[in-house]
Amino acid sequence: MNLAIFRSRSFGLIVLALGLLLAFAFVVLRAGPLAPTQVTVNPVKEGKLTPALFGIGTIEARRAYLIGPTTAGRVLRVLVDVGDTVKAGQLLAEMDPVDLDERIAALDASLARAGSTIAASDAQRRDAQARNQLAGMNVKRYQDLGEKRFVSSSAVEAKQQEAVSAQAGVSAAEANLAAARQDSLRLGAERDGLRQQRGNVRLLAPTDGIVTTRDAEPGSTVVAGQAVLKLIEPASLWVKTRFDQGRSAGLALGLPAEIALRSNPSRLLAGKVVRLDLVSDSVTEERIAQIAFDTLPTGISVGELAEVTLKLPTTQARFVVPNASLKRLNDQLGVWLYQEGKAKFVAVKTGQSSLDGQVEILDGLSGGEQVIVHSAKEISANSRLKIVESLAEAGK
Amino acid sequence: MINLAGRDILHSWGKFAFTGLGLGLLIGVTLTMAGVYRGMVDDAKVLLNNSGADLWIVQKDTLGPYAESSSLHDDVYRSILGLPGVAQAANVTYLTMQVRRGDTDVRAMVVGFEPGQPGEPGYLTAGRQITRSHYEAVADVKTGFQLGEQIRIRRHDYTVVGLTRRMVSSGGDPMVFIPLKDAQEAQFLKDNDAILNERARTATNPSLNRPGVPGLLEAIQASQASNRNVNTVLVRVQAGQSPEEVAAPIRRWKHLQAYTRVQMEEILIAKLIATSAKQIAMFLVILAIVSAAIVAFIIYTMTLGKIREIAVLKLIGTRSSTIAGMILQQALGLGLIGFIIGKVAATFWAPAFPKYVLLESGDAISGFIAVMIICALASTLAIRAALRVDPATAIGG
Repeated sequence: MNLAIFRSRSFGLIVLALGLLLAFAFVVLRAGPLAPTQVTVNPVKEGKLTPALFGIGTIEARRAYLIGPTTAGRVLRVLVDVGDTVKAGQLLAEMDPVDLDERIAALDASLARAGSTIAASDAQRRDAQARNQLAGMNVKRYQDLGEKRFVSSSAVEAKQQEAVSAQAGVSAAEANLAAARQDSLRLGAERDGLRQQRGNVRLLAPTDGIVTTRDAEPGSTVVAGQAVLKLIEPASLWVKTRFDQGRSAGLALGLPAEIALRSNPSRLLAGKVVRLDLVSDSVTEERIAQIAFDTLPTGISVGELAEVTLKLPTTQARFVVPNASLKRLNDQLGVWLYQEGKAKFVAVKTGQSSLDGQVEILDGLSGGEQVIVHSAKEISANSRLKIVESLAEAGK
Repeated sequence: MINLAGRDILHSWGKFAFTGLGLGLLIGVTLTMAGVYRGMVDDAKVLLNNSGADLWIVQKDTLGPYAESSSLHDDVYRSILGLPGVAQAANVTYLTMQVRRGDTDVRAMVVGFEPGQPGEPGYLTAGRQITRSHYEAVADVKTGFQLGEQIRIRRHDYTVVGLTRRMVSSGGDPMVFIPLKDAQEAQFLKDNDAILNERARTATNPSLNRPGVPGLLEAIQASQASNRNVNTVLVRVQAGQSPEEVAAPIRRWKHLQAYTRVQMEEILIAKLIATSAKQIAMFLVILAIVSAAIVAFIIYTMTLGKIREIAVLKLIGTRSSTIAGMILQQALGLGLIGFIIGKVAATFWAPAFPKYVLLESGDAISGFIAVMIICALASTLAIRAALRVDPATAIGG
């Protein structure tokens, strides 16, 4: 009986000791440096690749108009407000004409006076013509009398001189009349000029559009060229999009685009690249492209942030690998291959990549290899590896 | 010959096992404390490893980017790339901040990096690397984010596309990787109220808001709201080049500070975490001394508990060496059980710690040796007490 107790006791002890040793072994093999690194692998295979470009931009108007005076002046009245729809030629604002109206009135009066001067010159001309006629007749008469020796030749010469003077008088009168007419023309042109200036202080809409800002109020003084109102053509709204230079390969006119506005990111709007700026931003290292909407959505605001995704044509790639598998080792880009529990680094050359993280491999792989994608820690050629389905749970 | 120690243990194995368990937990705590210290140092090292850089280029006369703040213009990297021996150079920003996650927030170090360049996360445990130039993020699992989740940083939402592990700042805060341009903005971007305030402030300055110069105010306000700075430029040198040789012309001619890996480790370990590491180390020393004392007392009292049995042994003429051997074997056995339990316990509870606990094998081995020596030393005390026992106490009491 004593022996039985002894046996059961030692049995319990042995179980306890074994359990402890097992736990210890587990700890040493699983958590120590001997523990294998968990990895996930992916076979290298050919696949379709849809490269895409991603950029962000702001909504801008292709055509925006700054409406302001051409000379410095004071704003007299502003007839429209922000958000008003205006038609081409509509009066939007008016600058203070100051003395323009009075100067036009003065010119009108001068013009009337010029008319009177013309009339007076005309009368003088007719008077001179009458004198000239009389002088001509007198010359004829005295010449006849002179031939018949009734008057002395000096009297004939006096009459001839009178006739020449009368002729000159007519020319002078005609010149006077022409001068008066030119004067009147000049005044007329001056008045037309002033009227144009008067018209120029009226700020008219150059096109149909919507008022976006009202920068000056009646009474404020603006300099030449400063805007009183800003106007945009709502139909010309587009997205000025910036693409990282490093990832802008393939950017071309006419590429279809998906536009997500910040106000409604879940609704994707269709558009396309309509302009590609030749000059890219050298400071931010970004290329700039203009994306037009296929159909202009309602209720969008200028300056709103938009995310633009451009889809390039799908290409058939020989080999694709996930971008998480690309690693850099000693200055070389490559992938770790899984080979019988060990890892082997192979340098590769990469081609295009897609936004969902697939990268085309141009050189370095021959297909069918197992590429290590995720790993629980950094791997080296000496790592012991264990393939698992996913590391997401292990990572927690 | 029968093994006295084994017999004795079998006789009162419950007591022995529980003593071993208690001792084990104590050793476990000591090992964990050593792990906490190692973890702190490892956090600092892993930060350097993860950046994948050979040189850190920071503002002149600073110990940046981790120990001090450093600010560089983001076009500096272009002139660095032109230097001999430089394979890659990339801008990186670091900003420790609270990142919103649903209703709560997580303390994280936000890293702005350029894909494919030094500074990007070295390996992923799930998902993919960033492919868009904006609004995507790779997060450390410690942040608690899942794939596909939205992270709110300042005013933008970032989608988590990849998860990584052991990417922490020197303070142990998990990292969140986002594209560089977003990070530059996040580092600088103020809230809308502050921006409006700033605009109003500028507008009231008569020399900046001049009536005769339309557009001046707008230009100044636009220049105030942009950030063209980064914290550091990470450089990878060409294979076969010595980092120190590449660093020398940068320090001399570019008027920037360049740190090599060794110098950076020195900054992080000797300067940044020095005080807290010493604090832990001090605590570890005290804990080790206390543990040693407790082990010694346990073995001593265990021997005193069976003083009557030892007297009987002496009475029946057992040799002193046999008695001493029994006590020593028991002490060593207790130490062995204690160590195994401690190691197992420490391994199991280490992952539950909020910061990384690194249980090094070297520490475990030296811990094991220390435990054995302490047990042996403690047993000499007990052996002395046992040998002094008068055999008469067995009968007389």
